[in-house]
Amino acid sequence: MALSGLDIYKLLAKTNCRECGFATCLAFAMALAKKAAGIEKCPYINEEAKRMLEASAQPPIKLLCIGGGEKSFEIGNESVMFRHEEKFHRPCGIGFILDDGLSDAQIKERLRKINKSRFERVGQMLEVNLVAVRQNKSGQRFCDAVKLVAENTDLALVLMSRDPAALKPALELLKARRPVIYPAVKDNLQEFALLAKEYGAILVITCPDLEGLSAAAAQLNKEGLSDILLDTGKKELSDKIWDLTQLRRLPLKRSNRSLGYPVLAVAEEDDPYEEALEAVTYIGKYAGIVLIRGIESWEVLSLLTLRQNIYTDPQKPLQIEPKLYSIGQVDDKSPVLVTTNFSLTYYTVLGEVEASKVPSYIMSVDTEGMSVLTAWAAEKFTPEKITATVNKYGVRQMVRHNRLIIPGYVAVMSGELEESSGCKVVVGPKEAAGLPSFLKNL
Amino acid sequence: MALQLATEKWSGEISEVIIGATKDEGGSRKSVVRIGGENTLPFLFNEGKIPNPVCVAFEVWDTAPSDWPECLWRAFGKSLNDSLSWAKKCVEEYKAKILCVRLQSAHPDFADTPPEACAKFIAGLLNAVDVPLVIIGCGDDAKDNLVLPAVSEAAKGERCLIGSAVQDNYKTLVAALSADGHNIIAESPIDINIAKQLNILISDTGFALSRIVINPTIGALGYGLEYAYSIMERARLAALSGDKTVASPFICFVGQEAWKAKEAKSEDERQGIIWEMLSAAALIQAGAGLLVMRHPVAVEKVNKYIERLFQR
Repeated sequence: MALSGLDIYKLLAKTNCRECGFATCLAFAMALAKKAAGIEKCPYINEEAKRMLEASAQPPIKLLCIGGGEKSFEIGNESVMFRHEEKFHRPCGIGFILDDGLSDAQIKERLRKINKSRFERVGQMLEVNLVAVRQNKSGQRFCDAVKLVAENTDLALVLMSRDPAALKPALELLKARRPVIYPAVKDNLQEFALLAKEYGAILVITCPDLEGLSAAAAQLNKEGLSDILLDTGKKELSDKIWDLTQLRRLPLKRSNRSLGYPVLAVAEEDDPYEEALEAVTYIGKYAGIVLIRGIESWEVLSLLTLRQNIYTDPQKPLQIEPKLYSIGQVDDKSPVLVTTNFSLTYYTVLGEVEASKVPSYIMSVDTEGMSVLTAWAAEKFTPEKITATVNKYGVRQMVRHNRLIIPGYVAVMSGELEESSGCKVVVGPKEAAGLPSFLKNL
Repeated sequence: MALQLATEKWSGEISEVIIGATKDEGGSRKSVVRIGGENTLPFLFNEGKIPNPVCVAFEVWDTAPSDWPECLWRAFGKSLNDSLSWAKKCVEEYKAKILCVRLQSAHPDFADTPPEACAKFIAGLLNAVDVPLVIIGCGDDAKDNLVLPAVSEAAKGERCLIGSAVQDNYKTLVAALSADGHNIIAESPIDINIAKQLNILISDTGFALSRIVINPTIGALGYGLEYAYSIMERARLAALSGDKTVASPFICFVGQEAWKAKEAKSEDERQGIIWEMLSAAALIQAGAGLLVMRHPVAVEKVNKYIERLFQR
C-alpha cells in the first residue's frame, strides 16, 4: 500500500540539507508521496528506507503481461473491490482448454473456431485470449499437440501438465510466446520455478489453502520469480468466491504482498450452460484469467459480453461521435431518427434500423454518453440541443420531408421541438425493438 | 506465521420478506417463500449468515403473450394461450416455488380488462395453484391504481408481493396492500437515491420497511446490465453498513429484459436461453433475492446454479 508523506518523512534523515532541491525533508517527503520526485534525489537515504519506499511504490496486485506478440494482454494492477469505487481496469483473459487426447484434426477444427471467436458489440471488438493445452497422454503427444496449437493460433498459450519432462521440450518450442505453466504445486514447486525462469514463462501456483499459496508465492519471490498467477483449484462455488474475495482483499486492504498476484480460475463442466454460469461468477469476482472448455459461439459471445459489461468504466459510459449517420442508400426522402450518443442506445437503434431495411438517417445528439431518459432528465437532450444539432448538420437541407422522429420516451418535448426546430415532429416507439414495424408503416 | 484473513464485520442486515401465507397463517398456500435476511455480501458465508436461498419465479401473464419470441412459445406450447394451464404447467411440470403474474390484459392498449375481472382472475389462479404469488400491474399507472387494489382485496390474507409502487404513484397501492396484508414492490429507475427515498416515503405511511422489496430496474446482459449491477452493490454495501432504508431484498425482472435483446431472438435458441441465464447469474452475484424469469431451461439451470452456490 502507498505510504503517506508523513510515513516517508519518518524514513528520511530529517536534516533539511536541501541537496534534493526541496526546502525541507518534509517537503521532499510530500513530493515523494505524490510521486512528484524520485528517491534517488536524496544522497543520505539508507538501504532499509529505500527498500521500503520501493516496495510501497509497487502496485498491490502485480501487473502481468501474458503471451507474446500482438495477442498478448495485461492483467493485474487492480485497485478496487467494487467497480463503482473506480473501475475494474484490465479485462480478464478468457481461454479454452484443449486435451492432447484430441486428434490433430479435432484440435485444428477447434482452433479454427476459437480463432474466429471475435464479436463486435457497441463499437468494441470482443476477443478471446488464450488456448490451454492439457496433458492426458504421453509427453511426446503433449509436445506434438502444443506444437500444433502454437502453429495454428496467435493466442496466448497455457501448458497444463504436471510433468517437467513433457513441459521442457514444449517450452522450448514457445520461446518468444511467454506461455503460462499450470500447475505448480507444493511438491514440484522448485522444479517448475526453474523451468519458468529458464523459459521466461508465467507460473500458476495451485494450492487449496490460502496460507500454503501465500507461502509458496513468497518462496518463489525470494528466488527471484515474480511472474506468478494464483489458483486455489476446484472447490464448491461459495468457497471459490471466498478465496477470490480474499485474494483481492488481502493485497488491497491488508497490504499482503505475497498474495499480490492475479488469479486464474478454471470453470469446466460437461454442460455448457453450467460451465458458463460458473465462469460468470469468476469474471465478476476478480479472476485475472478464466479457462473454460466450451467453444460454441453462443456461450463465448455471452461470456465476452458479460466481461465487457463488468469492465466498462462506470464513470465513462461508452460513447459514439455525435453526428448524422447515413444507414443504407439514403436519399432526400429517408426518415431522420433522433437519438443520443450513448453507444448502447445508438447501436440498439442502429441494429433495428438495419433490420428494418429502410434506409434512414440517425442523428446522434451529444448527450455526453447518457441514454435517452437520463439525458432528458439531466437536460442534455432538450429541444434546443436537438435543434442546434439539426442546424449543425444541415438536416433540413438534406431531406425534403422536414420530419424528425424522436424516441417515444420523450414525446412530451414534441411541441417545443417543433417550435424551435421548425421541423414536424413524429413520435417514434418507446423501445428500439418497435422501429422496424414503425419505419415500414411510416 | 499464520495468514490473517481479511474478514469484514457488517452492522446491518437485509430484512427478511415472507411471500405467501399458509392455512395456519390465514392464507391457502401450501408453502411460503422467504427472501433476504442476510448480513453479509453474496455468498461470503464465512463472515455472516445467508439464511434464504435466492429464488426464481416463473413469469405468467393473464393473457397470451403475443410479443414473446417463438423460442418461448415452443418451450411452453399452447399453454401460453390459457393462463391457468400455463400457471399449472409451471408449478406441476417445472416445479415452480413461486409465480409472478403480470396483469397485462388490463392495459388500455390490450384488452382493457376491468378491475373486477382481474380480481376474479387472481382468485381463480389462487385456487388453481398453491404456490405464493407475485402480482404485477399492467404498467399504466392510472389503470393499475384501479386494478391493483381490487386484486389486493381478492387475495387478502395470502401475503402476496404486489407492485409496482413508484416515486410519484405509491399512495393508492400502499393503502390497499397495507389493509390486505401484502408485501410491496418499490420500483426505482436504476437510481439508489430514488430507491432510498421511495422506501422512506412508503414507510412514512406506516407500512413496515420489512414488507418492501426493491425493484432496482435492471438491464439485460449487454443492455446496461452493469448499471443495475453496480447500483445493487452500492445499495447492498450501504444496507450492510447500517442504512435500514435500503436494507430490502431485490427483485429483478430478468426475463422481460433478456428476451428483448437482439441476441435472444437468434436462430439458435441456446443464445436466448444463455442470455437470460447469464443476466440472472450476474444479478445474483450483485445481491438479487428474487428473479422473475421466462424460459424453463434457463430457470432450471439457474436453480441448479443457486443450489451450487448454497452448497457448503
